[in-house]
Parts: sequence; structure tokens; C-alpha cells
Amino acid sequence: MQLDSPDREYMCPGHVGCPGCGAAIAMRFVLKALGEKTIMIIPACCWSIIAGPYPQSTLKIPVLHMAFETGGAVASGVRAAQDVKGDSETTVVTWAGDGGTFDIGFQALSGAVERNENFIYFCYDNEAYMNTGVQRSSSTPYGAWTTTTPGQQWKRLRKKNIVEALVAHRITYAATASIAYPEDLIRKVTKAKSLTGARFIHIFSSCPTGWGLPSEMSVKIARMAVQTNIFPLYEVEEGLRYTINLTPKGYLVNEYFRLQGRFKHLSETDLTHIQEMVDEDWNLLLRKAGSVPEIF
Amino acid sequence: MKQVLEGSHAVAEAVRLARTQVISAYPITPQTHIVERLSEYCADSTLAAKFLRVESEHSALAALIGAASCGVRTFTATSSQGLALMHELLHWASGARLPIVMANVNRAMAPGWNIWADQTDSLAQRDTGWLQLYCEHSQEVFDTTIQAFRLAEWLNLPVMVILDAFFLSHTYEPVDVPRQNSVDRFLPSYQPRFKLDIEYPCAFNQLAPPNIYMEMRHNIQAAMDEALIFFDQVEDEFEDIIGRRYGPVEAVQCEDAEIILITSGTVTSTSRQVLTELRDKGEKAGLLKIKLFRPFPTKAIREHTASAKKIAVIDRNFSFGASGIFAQEIRAALCNHPGHPPVFGYVAGLGGRDVTTAVVEEIYWLTKGNDMPQPESIWVGLHEVDHAIGQS
Repeated sequence: MQLDSPDREYMCPGHVGCPGCGAAIAMRFVLKALGEKTIMIIPACCWSIIAGPYPQSTLKIPVLHMAFETGGAVASGVRAAQDVKGDSETTVVTWAGDGGTFDIGFQALSGAVERNENFIYFCYDNEAYMNTGVQRSSSTPYGAWTTTTPGQQWKRLRKKNIVEALVAHRITYAATASIAYPEDLIRKVTKAKSLTGARFIHIFSSCPTGWGLPSEMSVKIARMAVQTNIFPLYEVEEGLRYTINLTPKGYLVNEYFRLQGRFKHLSETDLTHIQEMVDEDWNLLLRKAGSVPEIF
Repeated sequence: MKQVLEGSHAVAEAVRLARTQVISAYPITPQTHIVERLSEYCADSTLAAKFLRVESEHSALAALIGAASCGVRTFTATSSQGLALMHELLHWASGARLPIVMANVNRAMAPGWNIWADQTDSLAQRDTGWLQLYCEHSQEVFDTTIQAFRLAEWLNLPVMVILDAFFLSHTYEPVDVPRQNSVDRFLPSYQPRFKLDIEYPCAFNQLAPPNIYMEMRHNIQAAMDEALIFFDQVEDEFEDIIGRRYGPVEAVQCEDAEIILITSGTVTSTSRQVLTELRDKGEKAGLLKIKLFRPFPTKAIREHTASAKKIAVIDRNFSFGASGIFAQEIRAALCNHPGHPPVFGYVAGLGGRDVTTAVVEEIYWLTKGNDMPQPESIWVGLHEVDHAIGQS
């Protein structure tokens, strides 16, 4: 299958991501859609490392590396400065992991969205603090092993629903996307770029290192997350209009969980419970969308 | 033109005349009058700046780090808890070599809640790579704020202008406000040496391994060394155009003084009066005001105290387990200077307690009456404390 995406590359080869890194795939496609007139803020996350040490950078756009919790605030300042200089053309984006978005950076993100700052916030979600060695975040899903939820203390709490939290702010545009659906991802980035105000794109980015997964399974597992309704693809405009972009084939969650080392301790009973939670979330989303979903 | 201005409004007036481009702030007493006035200037277009009303002090400084990285002139103001919340990003601003100017209104740290004057908030940030300038009166607050932008932009280091809670922030004094064209002559538009630029894409603040990190830190110290020299040059230019100067330190009757009081902030004004009275009584007293705390003006302090027999440092701040912080710094500055006078350390006025002329006089007589200082700080004006509190 030929992928229909812009030819131009804004990410050089030679980055220092792990083999099969979903966050590296996500960056590549997002930059193709954003183009060169982009300033990127990267708060502490895997990408603080992946982009390479001084004096090298794998990205062909201006990048401002920043402290962990500052993604929303720094973008606000960059946007303000570009506006003062009369530059309305440059797209200002924040590129953060789930820890910097769901946890420590949530206040600054919420503030920036409440102020409707004119920027796009990307969260590449690998469901734990991977850069520091796989510690749990509020994005870590129910059932997961991490180095801070080891043994019998695996995480028995739900993953925070970040998109719904931002929809509650009546954010201009919020969408989920996946490295397994690059055309959908590129379309959403292009759409977000055409809008004004605070925009948020939540990208499911698998992590072979942290998930106990062969690197060649990175994209496949991301596709399975969508097709099992674990990570549905949808978008919300003005915090009101929901569109579900893909109607999954309704696969059961079991195979998705069985392929990953981080879930190997789960029993059939646990998986049944997880299936119930996934079904419940999907039905909630269907009700919000208010209609039969479109076919992707 | 002379105007009667509140100290906070003297800051705001200077920020307006500096043609600041991006302001970001979060409310905290007693700093609020600064940002309220600046909000009004932005709302009525007296000042063509973007004003970001962020959700915390941490975000206020984060936003300015973003803006300053794009090469525009930036300002924020805070106090006490707000400054403490910024701590991480204070390091970031200097490490990223950004010329951000901040006014900090010296207020005590909680608990218990205390909104009154105390320098511990800013002195606790002495290792963060910011220049620190302590002001005595509203005219100095105004002038120093204008000068802060010149210093910051030349050195590529952030600058903190510091004023006492209420004694300065909420007190009205006559302030000479120069014309815009005079300020423009002294402070031309900001020409950044580097900025985020889509025509010339670079990565800022990225991973710095051991083979380069130390050199980056050494460069900041080199800029601090230069600041000691450049400060005088800035004051020369300011004096030429605006007609005033202050010096990194100000020595009053120190030449023949046997006991020199060392002060900062508004305690200096009170001490000036005490000095006059002591001199009238025939006492050989002197006064050394320290304005520039970072970089620390070691050479100037050594010179002005060289012929004194004793030094008495008044600290409206404290480092637990050690001593008043100015006293510490002065001891460190003098210790390798042969024949330096002994340093007596006094703590007074914490949490906004008045440092009256009687307190300063008591400090003078205590110093005169003792041959050598005790190792611990002397807490002046301490009430009876119930030491049973907190004990079982």
C-alpha cells in the first residue's frame, strides 16, 4: 500500500530513539503535515533525548527544549512574542509525552487551553514515564506493569481521559490519532493547523522498550489498540461536535493484552473486567457522538 | 517630570517607558499593584505589549522564557511564595541566557502567612544566576528597573529588581519620570544575539553532556564578572542622559569611620538618620549600602571597609543553621583580605517588623561595646518566646 503523505522530511535520520519507537514515527508524520514554518517546544520527555545532544539536532525546525511542566505556558509566550513581532504565519506547537501532559504539565496545559492560546499541543502517549525507565503515569492503563507498579501492585486504576478533560474546557479542536493510521494523523494535523485557538492532538505512540514488545510489532499493536476500541480515533470541534473516524471491527481486547509483556500477569478474569471497561467507554463515546459512526 | 508615585507604580512606569513587549504575571500580594497598573497600560494601549494572565508564577516565568527565546523584551513581577515557585525556572532563565527582567517585592516566606517585608525570598535564590539589585526608595526602583533592561540585554542574563514590601511597594514618594525620548536614548530597542527563527532553525536548551555543560556554566560566571564592570558603564550612560547614579554600593562617611553599618533596602534610609545623629554625638560611624548583591561587589566592599575597626551587618533575612545572608557574604568577601575588620552580624525586622532608628542605634552600641563578634547572629528586638511550644 502506498502511503499518501508529503514527500518533504523535517526529521533527519540518526535520531537516538529506541528501535520501533512510536514517538519517532509520530514526529515524522506530524512534521510532514506541519511544514517548515513551525516552532516546536519540547518539555522533558523521551524526545528531549531522541532529538540528540548539543550541538546536533535531528529536527529541521527551531526547537525550544523546556522544563517538564511548562508545555502550555512556554507555547503561550512564544506565540505572544511572534504576534508582537507581527508573525502570524508560524505555527507554534508543543510536543510532550504523557507524563508532561496528563500529570506534571496538566496545569499549564489547562491554563493555556482556558486562555484559548493560539497553538497546537501534541501529546505522544506511550502510557508511562519511559525516558526515566517505565514508571507509571496517570496515562498508564488499567492492568499495566511498570517499574513503580511491579508484581502484584500492577496498576488497578483507569487511564485518565485527557481528551475529555480538554473537551470540558470547550477546546477549539481535540482529536485522537495513531501511528498506525498515518493518513488520519496527517489529516488531523492539517486540519488543526488551519484552525485558530487552542488545539490538542493525542497520538497513541507504542513503546516496545516499555511495553515488552518486539520492535517490529510497534505499528501493529497501535492498530490493534484502535481496532479493539481501546484507543478509538475521533475528533471534537468546539468541545461539542464529536466525530468518530473509524468504526472498529469489534475485536476482543485479549490478543492486544497477550502480546505485551507489561500485561502478562493478567488473568482471564482481569481481562474480562478490562473488556467491560473498554465497552463501557466505547458506548459512552457513541452516545456523545450522538449518531452511528462514519465508516473509515 | 516629578510625579508622586507608589513604589509599585514606579516599577510599572519604568516597564512602560522601556517599551516592554511581553509581560506575564500571576497575582500575589504585595506585588499586585505593579501588574494591575501594567494591565491598565496594555488595556488602554499606553503600552503595546502582550500581557499573559497565566495560571501560576511558574507559568509566568515559563511563558517569558518562551517569549524571550523569540528575541523580545520581557517583564514579570512576583514576591515570596511566587518567587519560590519559580525557582526551577530561575535557573532555566539564566542557563538559557535570557535577558528577562523581574521585579520581586521582598515578602516573608510562609508559614505562618506573612505578607510583610523580609529578604529571605530573594536571597534564597542567590545561586540561580540572576543579577540582584536591592533598592532603597522609589526613585531608585524606577531608575534601576530601566537600567535592568540594559544590563540584562548586554549580558544575556536575567535581572531581578528588588523592593521591600509595603515600605516601598505601597508607599508614595516623589519620583522624577524622564521623557520617553530620554529613556529611548538610554535603552534602544532590543537586538537579540540569538532567537528562535524559522529561517535559521536551531535547537535551544538541549541535552548538554559533561564535555560541554561545565563550559556553559563558566560562561555564565564570565558574564557575571563582566556585569561588575558593565554596571559602572550603564550608570555612566544613565547619568549622562537622566542625571542620576547609585553605584553597586554606596559609602556614606566611611573614610574615617571606625564602625561601619552595612545595610540594604529601606533599612538604609533609617540608618542614614541614625548615622547623622551618631556623627552629631561625635561617634566615628559610617554606612555602606549594598545595592548589587549578584554579582557580589567584593572589591568595593573591601575598599570601603579597609580602614574600619568593626563592621555591623543588619540582615532582614536569615539562613537557618548559619546566619544573616548579607553577613555571610561579607565574611566570605573579606576572609582572604589581610587585616580586615571583624564582622558583627545582626538579624532584625523579619516578617515586616519595624527596624526603627532605636533598633539601628542599639546595633551600633552593641558593636561598639564588644571587642569581637560572637559566631552566632544577634537577633535584635526579640520578644520573650514560649520555648515549650512544640515540646511534649
